[in-house]
This record gives sequence, C-alpha cells and structure tokens, in this order.
Amino acid sequence: MKVIAEPGVPQVVIVREFRAPRELLFRAYTEPDLVKRWLGPAGLELIVNQLDPRHGGRWRWTHYDDEGKGYVFHGLYHGEPTPDRIVQTYEFDHAPGTVYLNLITFDEADGVTTLTQNTVFFAVEDRDQYVDGGMERGIRVSMQQLDDLVTELAEEAHS
Amino acid sequence: MVLKPLGYEDRLTGVFAALADPTRRAILTQLKHGDATVAELAAPFSMSQPAVSKHLKVLENAGLISRSQRATARLSHLEAEPLRAAVGWLMDYRAYWAESFDRLDDLLDDLKEES
Repeated sequence: MKVIAEPGVPQVVIVREFRAPRELLFRAYTEPDLVKRWLGPAGLELIVNQLDPRHGGRWRWTHYDDEGKGYVFHGLYHGEPTPDRIVQTYEFDHAPGTVYLNLITFDEADGVTTLTQNTVFFAVEDRDQYVDGGMERGIRVSMQQLDDLVTELAEEAHS
Repeated sequence: MVLKPLGYEDRLTGVFAALADPTRRAILTQLKHGDATVAELAAPFSMSQPAVSKHLKVLENAGLISRSQRATARLSHLEAEPLRAAVGWLMDYRAYWAESFDRLDDLLDDLKEES
C-alpha cells in the first residue's frame, strides 16, 4: 500500500493493488453485508446503518470499540457509483461541518485491480489532523517507540 | 484517523505527558511484572525515593497506576485502561486503511471462490 501525503497540499492518495476483478471490489464497497466484513481497523466492529449507492444516496456507518463506544461516519454519493469510480463525501459525527471528499477509482489489468483513493480536505491542517490523528509534529519522532511500548504494555496488562 | 469520543482529549494529554519521560516508562515496564513499593521501583535507578515518588505521582494523576497501602509501604499497581485508550488513539490513517485492505484481500478471495 502506498500513501502519498505531500507537504502543503490538502490531499492524501492511497494506492493499493488487489488480485481480483474490479466488479468484486465494487461489490465489497457497495453491499452492506460485505462492507462490514472488511472496513475499519481490527478490533472495531462495523455496523452499516445506511448504504444507498446511487447519485445523491446516503451512507452511514458506525465503528464500535470493545467498550461499546460508537464512532459514526456519514456522507453522500455524488454521481452514480460504478466499478470505474465512486465519489463520496465523508463527515465524522464528532466534527460536523468538517467534510472531505473521496474519489475511489478501480483500474483492472491482467487480473489485478489497482485501487486509488484520492481524498481532498478543506485545508492542509484538516488533512494533517486526519492523517496524524492530531499528533503534534514535534512528538512524532518518539511516537513509534512510544506506540510499541504502549501497545506492549496494554496487551500484557489486558491478558 | 481521528477516532476519539468527546471529552477524551484532556485525559490523553495527561497520559502522553506521563509517558513522555523515559524514567516513567521504565517504571511502567517494571510494574508489568507485578505491584511494587517505592523502594523496589527506585532500586534500578540512581535516583532517590522522593524523586521516584514524584514520578509515581505523575503516573497516578494520569490514571496509569493506582496506589495502595501494604503494611508500612505504598504499593504501585499498573492500570491498563488508559493505556488501551492511548493505543486506540494512536491508530492512524495508515493503519486504518492497511488493516481494512488486508481484510478486503481475504473477502475478495472468498468472493472469487463463490463466483
């Protein structure tokens, strides 16, 4: 998986290849029963509250953590979603009014589909907030180390 | 990915401030092996017990440890919950999509078999 986040540009591009035809990727993106089987980080349960893949249709889903706290994301489809491309807006329920725009394209060649997800934000700050999880740049250097330690501690303390 | 319920920030700021210090991280690592007294925690460091007590106070305020009295000594105990919260917060954009797409690979394999 390639993640491109150029400095000073309010955009993130992710490129990922899949050994599958794009019709299957399209299904995985647009059928609620399939979406819940892959979307979201390990450890969070996804409930698809609404998914209406047509021009102007709404989508809404909730990630639940193991304490039952929900994180709601929602938005609209713009243009008819097809196995070529899906255009959708995103909004996190805890930050109403901060919207970002996603263009997902599927390019198939020789049985491999290249997925490109192009996400555009209002401002570089919004992009950085999203990509870094609000981390201040100054403390990022030590973060990996800290991440490892904290993960290890939490796992052991949990077990 | 920013996944944080409201009212979460202040607590996490305290957790990360507490974790930013190498001595305090070493103390937490030591507490993984079980509850310990101030004297036991001070032993590996060339540091006085009052200095270690100051670090313990910071960890306690951040909710990372709790303390109880055993006879004449105070015992420190590692608390897991704030650490789990910190781990959840560290889950970033890359991890969100990397983990999702790994699972999508598996799903696509299933779908290919069905079709």
